[in-house]
Amino acid sequence: MKRGRTLFAALVAIAVVASACGGAGSGGSTGGAAATASPVTRPDVIVGSTNFYEQITLGELYSQILEANGYKVTRRFNLGNREIVEPALESGQIDLDAEYLATLLAFLDKDGKIAKPTTDPKETQTGLQKVLDPKALTVLDYAQATDQNGFVVTKDTATSKNLKKLSDLVPVAPTMVLGGPPECPTRPFCALGLKNVYGITFKDFKPLDSGGPLTITALEGKQIDVGLLFTSDPSIVAKNFVLLDDDKHLQLADNIAPVVRNALLQKDDGTLKRLLNSISAKLSQAELNDMNKQVAVDKADSKVVAAAWLKKQGLIK
Amino acid sequence: MKALGDLVHWLTDPANWQGSHGIPVRLLEHIELSAISVIVALLIALPIALYLGHTGRWGFIAINVANVGRALPSLALLAFGLVIAISLGLGLGFWPTVFMLVPLAIPPIVTNAYVAIREVDRDIVDAARGMGLSEGQILRSIELPLGLPIILSGIRTAAVNVVATATLGALVAGGALGRFIVDGLALQEYDQLMAGALLVALLAVATEVSFAALERATVPAGMRVVR
Repeated sequence: MKRGRTLFAALVAIAVVASACGGAGSGGSTGGAAATASPVTRPDVIVGSTNFYEQITLGELYSQILEANGYKVTRRFNLGNREIVEPALESGQIDLDAEYLATLLAFLDKDGKIAKPTTDPKETQTGLQKVLDPKALTVLDYAQATDQNGFVVTKDTATSKNLKKLSDLVPVAPTMVLGGPPECPTRPFCALGLKNVYGITFKDFKPLDSGGPLTITALEGKQIDVGLLFTSDPSIVAKNFVLLDDDKHLQLADNIAPVVRNALLQKDDGTLKRLLNSISAKLSQAELNDMNKQVAVDKADSKVVAAAWLKKQGLIK
Repeated sequence: MKALGDLVHWLTDPANWQGSHGIPVRLLEHIELSAISVIVALLIALPIALYLGHTGRWGFIAINVANVGRALPSLALLAFGLVIAISLGLGLGFWPTVFMLVPLAIPPIVTNAYVAIREVDRDIVDAARGMGLSEGQILRSIELPLGLPIILSGIRTAAVNVVATATLGALVAGGALGRFIVDGLALQEYDQLMAGALLVALLAVATEVSFAALERATVPAGMRVVR
């Protein structure tokens, strides 16, 4: 069975031709190039994901770009939370998945003995790799897109008060009400951090929920002016909210990055790494939020959404 | 013992008695929320119950419908209230909680008021009718005064239920004393949580006691038990 699959993969590889020669220079345009003599063996890949829509879309992005380049991909999505998916990756039940730098680092190195997540993605990625090394895992390039605490305002508020980034709040915050989970005022990544890092003090705080329906409704109903949501929350696009840029880096770097088993990378000629990195290079916050909105709000199929995005970005044909 | 010390410390901390999140503000919010809910329930329940009690018709249905109201879980009513309030543009917090509390307050008011009027001695009512009093006069000057203590005891039950349950309003971003319980849980500040619970319990007891006093005061002079 195993042999059969490898043979099949080899045949496919010969037919479509590898990017090792074809695509090394011009990234991405490998699909239907003319056949050359050198046969390349593409390893089989099992892509995993945790159990929420964003993870499934990311899994689709990774799967489809690999399939378009001759890899045989098995999807194991919706496996559960990180407590289930991370051990599955370590033990080889899946080969790669989409992760969040700071959260994964804190998950694997709970006491921060080896490395602690910081607000700098590069630094956090380096720290994460140190923790991943003994587990024979590699974190590839991270995207600009994150899924972390974010402060949002309505379009009206943003326009009338001219708000783009968190620092813009400093002069106007004393007339505004912040809404978020009840613990927000005492948490370093919420109101306390806004005060300490930015010097932002609000007129009042309204205890609501953790980036849930209460916060969204309160924002819409103008019961609060600024709300705490997750940066990739689909309602940001759906409700036309403006996500204020964390310009002084209050939040830990929870940028999205693929984590891959070294065993898979060794079987591969570097194409897989290049393909996944090409996704990270294009995955901005706005692009991710738009896909999340299509899947979570418009109920579009994540397969279709992922394919459309890859085509739009010129990553597949 | 340490928990008790924490509780006393929290309750005596001046910081917790000030500002828009302090105990006085939350207490007033709680009283306002409860009072409005009970008043709305009275406006709905009393006319129906008095009419039914006076005519003696449909009583079976009234009491059973009211009793079904008792069986509805408050949390479900709160969720329902939230949906209604948002669709009416009334926002979070206050109105969703009122929508939950009104159906909770109606059953005891209806049941007691109906029974209070029904239980007035029929001989007295017949005598009044024989003397030429109109139906409205009978209700106003015979049935209502005689039934008042029982009607009030229904309102008392409703008010105590409402005061205790108004705590849930904090789940939909409301104010009131429930805030201390919900926030205390979220922050794992158990002194705040316990203080909130204690304040709600005290307010419920105070409600009970004041209504009991009111009931005693409204018993017609001739019916009072001399001690």
